[in-house]
Amino acid sequence: MKTEGQIRIPSGCAIAAVISKEGNRMSGESITQAMKPMHDRSNGLGGGFAGYGIYPEYKDFYALHMFFDERAVRKNCEVFLKERFEIVKSEIIPTRQIPEITDAPIIWRYFVSPLKSVLSAMQLSEKEFVARTVMKINAEMPGAYVFSSGKNMGAFKAVGFPEDVGVFYKLETYEGYSWTAHGRYPTNTPGWWGGAHPFTLLDYSIVHNGEISSYDANRRYIEMFGYQCTLQTDTEVITYIMDYLLRVQGLTVKEAANVIAAPFWSTIAGKPDVEREKLTYLRTVFSNLLITGPFSIVFGFNGGLMALNDRLKLRSMVVGEKDDKVLIASEEAAIRVMEPEAENIYAPSGGEPVIVKVKEGAY
Amino acid sequence: MQNIYINPEFEVIRNENRCIKCRVCERQCANEVHSYDADLNLLISDETKCVNCQRCVSLCPTKALKIVKNDCRLRENANWSDSTIKEIYKQASSGGVLLSSMGNPNPLPVYWDKILINASQVTNPPIDPLREPMETKVFLGKKPEKVQRDKNGNLICNTPPQLELSMPVMFSAMSYGSISYNAHASLARAATELGILYNTGEGGLHEDFYCYGKNTIVQVASGRFGVHKDYLEAGAAVEIKMGQGAKPGIGGHLPGAKIVGDVSRTRMIPEGSDAISPAPHHDIYSIEDLRQLVFSLKEATEYQKPIIVKVAAVHNIAAIASGIARSGADIIAIDGFRGGTGAAPTRIRDNVGIPIELALASVDSRLREEGIRNNVSLVVGGSIRSASDVVKAIALGADACYIATAAVLALGCHLCRTCQTGKCNWGIATQNPELVKRLNPDIGSQHLINLMTAWKHEIKELMGGMGINSIEALKGNRLMLRGVGLNDRELSILGISHAGE
Repeated sequence: MKTEGQIRIPSGCAIAAVISKEGNRMSGESITQAMKPMHDRSNGLGGGFAGYGIYPEYKDFYALHMFFDERAVRKNCEVFLKERFEIVKSEIIPTRQIPEITDAPIIWRYFVSPLKSVLSAMQLSEKEFVARTVMKINAEMPGAYVFSSGKNMGAFKAVGFPEDVGVFYKLETYEGYSWTAHGRYPTNTPGWWGGAHPFTLLDYSIVHNGEISSYDANRRYIEMFGYQCTLQTDTEVITYIMDYLLRVQGLTVKEAANVIAAPFWSTIAGKPDVEREKLTYLRTVFSNLLITGPFSIVFGFNGGLMALNDRLKLRSMVVGEKDDKVLIASEEAAIRVMEPEAENIYAPSGGEPVIVKVKEGAY
Repeated sequence: MQNIYINPEFEVIRNENRCIKCRVCERQCANEVHSYDADLNLLISDETKCVNCQRCVSLCPTKALKIVKNDCRLRENANWSDSTIKEIYKQASSGGVLLSSMGNPNPLPVYWDKILINASQVTNPPIDPLREPMETKVFLGKKPEKVQRDKNGNLICNTPPQLELSMPVMFSAMSYGSISYNAHASLARAATELGILYNTGEGGLHEDFYCYGKNTIVQVASGRFGVHKDYLEAGAAVEIKMGQGAKPGIGGHLPGAKIVGDVSRTRMIPEGSDAISPAPHHDIYSIEDLRQLVFSLKEATEYQKPIIVKVAAVHNIAAIASGIARSGADIIAIDGFRGGTGAAPTRIRDNVGIPIELALASVDSRLREEGIRNNVSLVVGGSIRSASDVVKAIALGADACYIATAAVLALGCHLCRTCQTGKCNWGIATQNPELVKRLNPDIGSQHLINLMTAWKHEIKELMGGMGINSIEALKGNRLMLRGVGLNDRELSILGISHAGE
């Protein structure tokens, strides 16, 4: 049977997220619990989380979370990493042995800083260098897989139901100002840990529910700019699109939302002049990055997150608030688990981005 | 002069019980097949002149006529086919180059027919175009590489000039001269009504049609017929014609007999003189020369209009397109070997060039590999026959399609493939005023509008089935295509999987 990356595997899903606008840190327990009422939206073949603000003591270092098939691969990979990075800490990611999660690969994390000499030799910015290195490992080093590479954030994922994955990774021991979660319902997969969500690059992470019909148009476009879509998943291509639009092209999060879930031309025509010109520009220039077909995503980044539905709202997604927190989930039940008294619950319209940022200086 | 070796290709069957001797057939046939014998009170046929254009059949009020293939055949021979032998007879008698019209009719592979389209089932929903918005608008032209902002951080909308189309189809180049005034009027009016563009071809633009300029692509070909400042400024875009799918590597020849009146004035050449466009542009002998012409035209039009470079699909098309994409051109138009023509040497039409499906796939892949796909838009033609061909072309990587044969069919063409005689009974490929007036531009433009409207509905249905609600999400989306009965090499060039994979 073909594995993830050799074949495209559609999947349905559950997503959830919570963020504190004040930057108050929350343990990962609540978001783990939130996935329980959405159990039937996953099928046990993938679950995962991303936490932001979880590594304050190493916040200036890129946290590489990695899966290795075997020890020899890890040793080889470490040699490769040492040629490029200063590694300030290297350790096994603590896990809990539970019967629900089996066949775990070797799970390791490194806190690293790119070697200045290498950076200047390659004439690359730090982020570009880290991004290229991650893609190089994932594309060219069989048995090694980087599943998280941002600063002061980390993804945790596995084959299993998400509520079990949270227990497995001891998420109750981490504290972050923002968490996203995902339960996966792939239609056909041998179950590879790397295929679970979130998908990440640098500090960008995506959890996604849907199957996009524009996939190959998006993939073939984004691959022009050095990205390699090795997994053939929607999440992967959406992450790269966001990285390209935000980091490479310098768009704002809202502008990026206007590209991937662009308003219909008829809507654009009804906007005031300045707005119309801007929306037309974004849609024309980045026409191949329009994403069609059903999706609800939560896009996480340092200091905030964005929730977004496809233009027709073909997937459920609700948003609620409680005090300084904004909560997002495929189903209201998940929000109620995190905050039984959540208020202002509503379903954002198709293509309407919900952007939440943590107060400046609080993260 | 009649060649006694050659049997008539067609037989005119007249049902005498139905024939009322009204002599419509006689009046309608510019080839003079039908004539009336007053002594016998009979209509008789000279079948040697029949081209099977079906004009008489369509207009016979009692349906007394049919044209059938003459079953009087030469002795069968798998190597020496009937047509091959007859071509030898013709050349033995004339000593000339064989001429043909319209696209290559030979049974070479049509890849469109071996590609199938996807639809959504269960894991994502199909979208119903009757209930949800479904967008087919496209913009053609170069896209900027890098977003720029002003000092206040606002986006600078630095998009180079673009062509806006309501659907990804345009009417391809057919010159005034090769086709009639009324045919041009029909195309211009339909394009304007539809929010798409038509193309003047290389014969200049009749002064009556300057008012349709916003929906007109003006062509600059190797003969430079009818090219002047106002002409360049009249159109929405300028197309440099380097080649044509039906006759790659050669120029054009409009016989002096067709250079009459307005055609002569529009082409800016004397009446009765043959209009011969040379094989190359005499100022373009390599890619760097093309760049100079592109920029000359941009200077002349003050960088307000996209420049299209049209080339025939030939063996090395990917490298050629890559060169054009770096030449400053905004749009590349590629014309496949099945593209039509008003006249071409038969040997060239039937043996030179490659299928547009393969050319498109390899060009799109190549431009992406080189990271320059955004430098240009890709328009493909030759031959796009239906809405599903359009959808397949877009999914392979085209931005839009050019149609011409389908458009003249909508005007009444019956594909008899004798445009070069100038005796088109349907009023399309002729300059004979009696024939031209048979094509009513009111009706002609309406038929073109109907055809495009129908295709647009079909494109939306196909897109909706795939769960795609905007044409840009289909562009280059090869995962939506599967091949049937294609070998590995063909699939790899097309960049698609086989059905079942």
